[in-house]
Amino acid sequence: MKKAEAHIAKYPKGKQASAVMPLLDLAQTQHDGWIPEAAMEEIGRILDMPRIKVFEVATFYTMYNLQPKGEHHLQLCTTTPCWLSGSAEVVKACEKHLGIKMGETTADGLFSMSDVECLGACVNAPVIQHNGDDLYEDLTPKNVIEVLDGLKSGKKPKHGSQTGRTTSMGVKGATCLHELAEKAGVKKC
Amino acid sequence: MLSDKDRIFTNLYGWFGADLKSAQARGDWDGTKGLIAKGRDWIVEEIKKSELRGRGGAGFPTGMKWSFMPKEPGKDGRPSYLVINADESEPGTCKDRDIIRHEPHKLIEGALLASFACGAHACYIYIRGEFYHEAAALQKAIDEAYAAGLLGKNAAGSGWDFDLYVHRGAGAYICGEESALLNSLEGKKGFPRNKPPFPAGAGLYSCPTTVNNVETIAVVPEILRRGGVWFGGIGKEKNRGTKVFCISGHVNNPCNVEEAMSIPLKEIIEKHGGGVRGGWDNLLAVIPGGSSTRLLPKDICETVLMDFDSLRAVNSGLGTAAIIVMDKSTDIVYAIARLARFYWHESCGQCTPCREGTGWMYRIMQRMVRGEAELHEIDMLLDIGSEIEGHTICAHGDASAWPIQGLIKHFRPEMERRIHEYRKKLAA
Repeated sequence: MKKAEAHIAKYPKGKQASAVMPLLDLAQTQHDGWIPEAAMEEIGRILDMPRIKVFEVATFYTMYNLQPKGEHHLQLCTTTPCWLSGSAEVVKACEKHLGIKMGETTADGLFSMSDVECLGACVNAPVIQHNGDDLYEDLTPKNVIEVLDGLKSGKKPKHGSQTGRTTSMGVKGATCLHELAEKAGVKKC
Repeated sequence: MLSDKDRIFTNLYGWFGADLKSAQARGDWDGTKGLIAKGRDWIVEEIKKSELRGRGGAGFPTGMKWSFMPKEPGKDGRPSYLVINADESEPGTCKDRDIIRHEPHKLIEGALLASFACGAHACYIYIRGEFYHEAAALQKAIDEAYAAGLLGKNAAGSGWDFDLYVHRGAGAYICGEESALLNSLEGKKGFPRNKPPFPAGAGLYSCPTTVNNVETIAVVPEILRRGGVWFGGIGKEKNRGTKVFCISGHVNNPCNVEEAMSIPLKEIIEKHGGGVRGGWDNLLAVIPGGSSTRLLPKDICETVLMDFDSLRAVNSGLGTAAIIVMDKSTDIVYAIARLARFYWHESCGQCTPCREGTGWMYRIMQRMVRGEAELHEIDMLLDIGSEIEGHTICAHGDASAWPIQGLIKHFRPEMERRIHEYRKKLAA
């Protein structure tokens, strides 16, 4: 409740409905990654909002899960920039390794795969988001298996580039800011 | 090529800390109080002089946008707001992400200066929900700025009270449209609003509001410190300043890079993108400004400049400056069909032409990939597009038609070839 109040305090008095998104997110985080109907009703009560308005918001945005997902929810980007960089092969590798198709959950409830639209990391494509927070970037059919095995073993692989690349800098090195690159000890090109 | 001394985002790649101390060492928060002391009009004038145009895609002159805000905020009982659009979701685009995670203090200082110029005591940054770590990094930087007295009451000793909040989205491309963003921020579905009223008249909570992109706001402090004339001296007339470009797809060195506006497309691909995979002659087409802009075939890519007006002249656009490169191995019809799926998936469903039309176009495009279509359906795609374009509340409908128009304009023979081939196969 304290966390909910902190969110509500961000908005002007009487505009507490603005906090519906942060509260839905909070409910999802606190409830194994999905939002049950009871939580939406409670949010409506807290924010003094008709519950239908809360349902409307919860069903409009794709990041709110209204049904349970696997422990590891993989959101695979397949939009054009990722596709150009080989997302189809990454998807195939995941499907083969997990024995499920896109949109399905493994029998042990460990992994779910969802097809999502652009995740906003296109120069590090292809990318997969894990449970709505960690982004795995620069994936290949090979290194994505290492990510999956890492998740399965409980050792969360480090998010970001899986090829050791520095954020959005080119893999060949810095194409500009050479003086600073030297200071930072970064490869130049 | 832009000289390093003119680059604003010296920590674009996160080589150094994003914390306040490191940011200050890079020049952020230097003399902010003094800039505010020069007054609202001076700031707006300086931004007008810089010829800064909005970096979110539409390219509206920023100084002019700010000048629409009420001169005496709060006089009618309605406070003014600044809202920063960090809902970066245009396929191909990932520039704001780097600003937020590696240069958050440029954005925060810019938010203070821009809010002061707009008469706003509060600002919301609406960040896409998928940017979880980025939102955390931003919040951390905001907390630091509060602790250092740079935000809050008498922000940075300027005498201006200023609060800055982060609001996370939850996966809806349409919320990048400014009025949908405002509805979302008010706790509603992300439905775009009819205009007028424009946000400067009635925006967030029906109060005067300015909505700006992250990059637009983040360059403001540097423009004010170095002078509008400096920024306005880079690039070509009416297309001034520096710009963060994202180069993705079939290049040897995909990256984000800050360059001068109006840099030739070929130069940026070769110098920063490491060249097209397999060499320049292996180039098929480029989408120059994010998924909504019409693709350009190789012959146009040879000479076109990367700015608002040059790209408009070749029937495309700068958009978010997200350069998506496709070499000759690309199934170009699939590449655009996949974008058609994107627009269909992300249509909010409010206007019938967009809700239904994006689905029609996507379904026809799926068949076009296989050639399983009639020749006249190519023109039908154009017809559907023109029925959507201009008949919807927001530009999502228009944007859904543009990639397909670009494909048909430059690759109609390829679409026809597939249809003929499919028929031949069927006959055999």
